[in-house]
Amino acid sequence: MKELSYPFDNGYIMKKKKALKRRLLEEDTERIKKKIAVLGGSTTDDIVSVMELFLLDMGFECEFYQSEYNRYWQDAVFGNEELDSFAPDVVYIHTSVRNLSFRPSPKSSVEEIENALDGEIDKLEQAWNSLREKFHCPIIQNNFEYPYFRLMGNMDAWDRRGTVNFVTRLNTRLYDKAEKRQDLYINDINWLSSAYGLEKWSAPEYWYLYKYSLNTDAIPELSYQAASIVKALFGKNKKAFALDLDNTLWGGIVGDDGAENLEIGQETAEGMAYYEFQQYVKAHKNLGILLTVCSKNEEENALAGLSHPEGALRPEDFTAVKANWLPKDKNIADIASELNILTESIVFADDNPAEREIVREQLKYTAVPEIGEVTDYIRILDRSEFFETVSLSEDDLKRNEMYRANAERAKQKARFENYVDYLKSLDMTAEIGDFTPMYLQRITQLTNKSNQFNLTTKRYTVEQMEEVCRSDRYIRLYGRLKDKFGDNGVVSVVVGEIKKVGLHIDLWLMSCRVLKRDMELAMLDSLVKACRERGISEIFGYYYPTAKNKMVAGLYESFGFEKLSADEKGNTVWRLNTENYVNKNNVINIIPTGGK
Amino acid sequence: MTDKQIIDRLNEVFRDVFDDSSLEVTAKTTADDIEDWDSIEHITLIGAVEDEFGMRFKMGEVSGMKNVGEMIDIIRQRGK
Repeated sequence: MKELSYPFDNGYIMKKKKALKRRLLEEDTERIKKKIAVLGGSTTDDIVSVMELFLLDMGFECEFYQSEYNRYWQDAVFGNEELDSFAPDVVYIHTSVRNLSFRPSPKSSVEEIENALDGEIDKLEQAWNSLREKFHCPIIQNNFEYPYFRLMGNMDAWDRRGTVNFVTRLNTRLYDKAEKRQDLYINDINWLSSAYGLEKWSAPEYWYLYKYSLNTDAIPELSYQAASIVKALFGKNKKAFALDLDNTLWGGIVGDDGAENLEIGQETAEGMAYYEFQQYVKAHKNLGILLTVCSKNEEENALAGLSHPEGALRPEDFTAVKANWLPKDKNIADIASELNILTESIVFADDNPAEREIVREQLKYTAVPEIGEVTDYIRILDRSEFFETVSLSEDDLKRNEMYRANAERAKQKARFENYVDYLKSLDMTAEIGDFTPMYLQRITQLTNKSNQFNLTTKRYTVEQMEEVCRSDRYIRLYGRLKDKFGDNGVVSVVVGEIKKVGLHIDLWLMSCRVLKRDMELAMLDSLVKACRERGISEIFGYYYPTAKNKMVAGLYESFGFEKLSADEKGNTVWRLNTENYVNKNNVINIIPTGGK
Repeated sequence: MTDKQIIDRLNEVFRDVFDDSSLEVTAKTTADDIEDWDSIEHITLIGAVEDEFGMRFKMGEVSGMKNVGEMIDIIRQRGK
């Protein structure tokens, strides 16, 4: 919804939140259900209601629990029946500098200050630990904003007796904890309040009147940032850029002006602005974000512009280049299908409002930010938090390479008449085995973001996945696929629960980057083998349809499972007898591995 | 600004905040007359009225206002 996309009008959102919520609920769309406990050290009512709006817009239908005023710590540590039975999927601890029980003074001793610092961290850690024990769910924790006054002026920052210094060091200690704990994510209100304007953010009348720790006008910014962490945790981040060229990546029209006359580089103010934007875009490759071009241009001209010696981007930085005269929504849809991602995973950046409007109309879920002028591009894309990062796996760092290898494979494919010959020519090797701690982060990440080749679309937090990993009740398999063009990394996950009768498949998913490589057959072979080793003779498969996973509706049938039942929603149940099963994969060489 | 003009603009704000296009406020309207007007929505309402009239209420005014009439009195003096 445009009203809820950055840059948004804070006052408008606050005023119209009831109407916005009504409109969002009227939309006919499928949303992921989540439960969020907001534990506040100050008032949280509107923070929650605005978070709800943003999350609805991001594809989540959330139920909320709110602690009583300033009961965040008691709720976390001692619990209460309501919270316990609520069983949150995420806990958000909304604290602020108002919640510190100690502020240093010029008379404080070093020892006193250090003890207080330990005390604040211990207090929070006690809350996180007891939440972890009870709920095994991710915890989002605010860091601390600076105080809005400085008793000692500048010395407040560099002397231990200053509150600015105390807050700075406290935040650093928080980050150390967040780095070590799998379940802790920092909501950086220290940065946000400075971007918003600390004095305005901390206007004290909102505290005196309503016990809000921040200006109510800043609530949408806070709620958006917290909501962005939630959506990232549950796999709703964007995955790729579709970028216009003329007046988006450089100043001027390459087809008219010629590549040599474009504004890009260090010579002019405009050129510098576009250069910095190119650098910003390029940096996303290191996050595993795919770059693509979507421009109305002759391809030859587009490539000439991208090869401009003063530019930061190169043609080879892009996984797909659509430079033609087709409608942009069509090109974006083509990019999505080539990369095997959804159009909703794409961010379209174009300086032309008319192009943006068309794409917005045709592709409802593609992100189409109002990017403003070239001096706004970076800020607006950045603050939109499309790529909010909650973890970085090896795979993220290598993703662009993998897609380039895919393009190589596609070229080679064209040379083979027989598909099996082509697959054999890839020299594929798969490592398939039980989960290992080293892969757990990637397994969880893949599980939470796979939509298309995903039979049950069940999501797991890292903690839940660790539980699965520890328990004897499950058969777990991950699959990692390599071939002569490169390593695709961990691309498939299967989890089955052992019950009285047979193995019941909770999770079967695969990354779309290895579609049609027979990897699913290799996984099935390994699953049957694991079942036989444990004397399990029946495997039960479940398919739960969503708007996105139609491609696997017939998967179990193609595997030779027998259909047991189907309900009116299209949920189907399948069974395979393992006794007479014959291995199906003939093209991938398997290396059994894994286990703890 | 006449009281009529103030009331008309206030009406729009109330309708937005309470998402009810049938609302008609008068100088006598109090929180008891509007079902959703609780302490939480009061905060939203104050912020929205401040934005609409480009002014700020003082803290004592926020907590002391008894009906829309008192709100109008303040807006008449300081609103834009």
